[in-house]
Amino acid sequence: MSELLLEVENLRVSFPTPRGPVEVVKGIGFSLGRERLGIVGESGSGKSMTGRAILRLIRSPGRQTADRLNFDGIDLERQSETGMRAIRGARISMIMQDPKFSLNPVMTIGEQIAEAVQAHGRMSRRALRQRVKEMLEAVRIDDAERVARLFPHEVSGGMGQRIMIAMMLIPEPDLLIADEPTSALDVSVQAQVLDLIDDLIRHRGMGLLLISHDLDLVARYCDRILVMKDGRVVESCVAGELRNASHPYTRGLLAAVPRLDEDRDELPVLDRSIA
Amino acid sequence: MSALKLDNLDVSYGETRVTHGVTLDIAEGESFALVGESGSGKSTVLKAIAGLAPEWTGSIAAFGRPRGHGIDPAFARQCQMVFQDPYGSLHPRKTVDATLSEPLRIHGIGGETERVERVMAAVGLDRRFRFRFPHQLSGGQRQRVAIARALMLEPKILLLDEPTSALDVSVQAEILNLLKRLRREQNLTFLLVTHNLPVVSFLCDRLAVMRRGRIVEVATTSQLKHDGLADPYSRELATLSRPAAPTVTEPSS
Amino acid sequence: MTTATLRDWLLDDSPASRAQARLGSAYRATLGLLRNPLAVVGALIIIALVLIALFAPVIAGDPLAQDLPNRLKPPSAAHWMGTDELGRDIYARIVYGTRITLEIVLLVAILAAPLGLVLGAVAGYFGGWVDRLLMGLTDIFLSMPKLILALALTAALGPGIEHAIIAIAIASWPGYARIARAETLTIRRTEYIAAVQLQGASSVRVIWSHVLPLLTSSLIIRVTLDMAGIILTAAGLGFIGLGAQPPAPEWGAMISRGRSFILDQWWVATMPGFAIVIVSLGFCFLGDGLRDVLDPKAGGRR
Repeated sequence: MSELLLEVENLRVSFPTPRGPVEVVKGIGFSLGRERLGIVGESGSGKSMTGRAILRLIRSPGRQTADRLNFDGIDLERQSETGMRAIRGARISMIMQDPKFSLNPVMTIGEQIAEAVQAHGRMSRRALRQRVKEMLEAVRIDDAERVARLFPHEVSGGMGQRIMIAMMLIPEPDLLIADEPTSALDVSVQAQVLDLIDDLIRHRGMGLLLISHDLDLVARYCDRILVMKDGRVVESCVAGELRNASHPYTRGLLAAVPRLDEDRDELPVLDRSIA
Repeated sequence: MSALKLDNLDVSYGETRVTHGVTLDIAEGESFALVGESGSGKSTVLKAIAGLAPEWTGSIAAFGRPRGHGIDPAFARQCQMVFQDPYGSLHPRKTVDATLSEPLRIHGIGGETERVERVMAAVGLDRRFRFRFPHQLSGGQRQRVAIARALMLEPKILLLDEPTSALDVSVQAEILNLLKRLRREQNLTFLLVTHNLPVVSFLCDRLAVMRRGRIVEVATTSQLKHDGLADPYSRELATLSRPAAPTVTEPSS
Repeated sequence: MTTATLRDWLLDDSPASRAQARLGSAYRATLGLLRNPLAVVGALIIIALVLIALFAPVIAGDPLAQDLPNRLKPPSAAHWMGTDELGRDIYARIVYGTRITLEIVLLVAILAAPLGLVLGAVAGYFGGWVDRLLMGLTDIFLSMPKLILALALTAALGPGIEHAIIAIAIASWPGYARIARAETLTIRRTEYIAAVQLQGASSVRVIWSHVLPLLTSSLIIRVTLDMAGIILTAAGLGFIGLGAQPPAPEWGAMISRGRSFILDQWWVATMPGFAIVIVSLGFCFLGDGLRDVLDPKAGGRR
């Protein structure tokens, strides 16, 4: 097994509410090497919070604690904010659901990528342009020079997401956290973007933490799967074994999704009392 | 009997023509799906039928009676709509009761309390939710209210705009079951807009695939399920909706 | 009902009637407000203002009684805030001045806010020429500075507090109309408005019953925050001699009169000045607190 990139033990995230503090992540633990791990859950399961907690992005009044939160030997819990900033983006990258909200609407795409490139080392104008072109081509955007001149609102969702991926990969991070990267995209584009992520991960030997509500998607693009419910991990399995999942919640989720060749009269409904 | 008939429908938003020559004939009691990706024009067709997109040419007729371009109270009693976003389709300052009574008040129909409670029961909403505000309800509960609201005027046709896209998997199953049951109980006609083909397989009898404002194929759900679609674009969409390569564990490997 | 059960009833997750639901909402909003210390300070100031105005005869003497031998006396036990140039007790004049301030502020709010609200909502909802016409009208009023406009109107109508109130109201409504219109433009495109239009609701019903309720929050916040400005405008008019006429104890007029003695008998101008500042601050704090609690953006997605 490849070396361990991420070790998480007893991670807890809580938020204060008028009725007292509420834990949204209730002491989960897992490890991740240079492989693809998927975290699946419905809304309120705590999956997104987990992703953010790894990057120490839980802002006050939320609180996070963990017995262990190690990235490549670095103790993330003890890092100062400056230390975290050096890690975020450079060693651990994150892409989120909607590129519309992640890209600066008033700068052209080329300018934004250039800015990201320059944050990691100055280079000549010509070299910069070349690098921007390379990055766009790496994410399979053919007409790179034309696209570099466009503004974010002028490109489709799928292309915007590919641009985000390009930007995230510039500093050559070791770990990519993708939080619902394709939920806002059309079905046909989803496959393209995920194939791209998959390809790049493999090529560069990166680790991938894919967070999604879509079981099928995660089963297709990950090696291992964690199923979260109400802040806890209820199932941990190899992707290929998903159909043989043991926990009733997972089985319930699998059964509740309609299939293309659906012939049931009624979809089985989850029993919410399952712990 | 034809419940909903669209003939050569061309809908425009200002300068842009969004749909081209859409022609459909949906029978009474049928559940019909309009499938396509974003930008295909499927939601626009729905809005035109509802009267929310008044710039169109062609004809739209419900039960043989053509409708005008704007809001039509008589049409409202025949055809109602369920919107996609449970968070955005309920008035934030109105209780469930107020939202459900509104259509009755508009059309001067009495017996509010009794009707409201009846419809709430039909959609599986407990009475104790009656005076809650939307922010006090979960996504699934809100969508039930939206469905209840659409049913208050006892329409024969329901337009459904991606009714479960914004919901969690488990909640989606409940709402889909509910829609199926209601249709059976009240002999409703559904026109469902979605990008999700498995939902079509579960809920619908026929479908039309739209691409860039045009219908590329009209097929039965049976064709969809058994790989019987003809148009290459439709086939591509179907392929993408098929589950990943079988992951049954081999006995020994 | 004991306090505990009343609170439970109000916070009940499943109200059994419309009244209970509405009261519950109001209660929760109040609780939210009370959590904000500045808002509490603001609310207390306003409550004090109202109480002082109500109980003026009980807590102060005669604001009009002149006592020339005792003119321009500094603050003392007999006169807590000193006396003015005619020997009148400044404290009593400030206390009775709260009535005038309250009158101005309430009447302007009652006149200007609903007018602006409705016109703005109608303009925003219908768009087209209705919008252009109404906004053109609004623009005419907005193009003139508030104080100058109020001044011109009062000068035309003649001095006196009623005219000052009308003038300030006329100068204020366009601002509210603009806000109402801007919000209506967003609300108009929502699905819940589409849903009710689909049910066959007339435009009047949609605007009255569905759009206006959503505008009231921002309007309440806006009006509260504006109150400070209204008080200052009224004071400004009083200062110039338009607005409340002598011997009415209007704070602005009092400052004006005290100007000539400001160096030696500072209390004559400063006391009413403090009063204006405190009340304005009170409204600002309260308005800010209300915004945190009532902001539709916070309340919409929860």
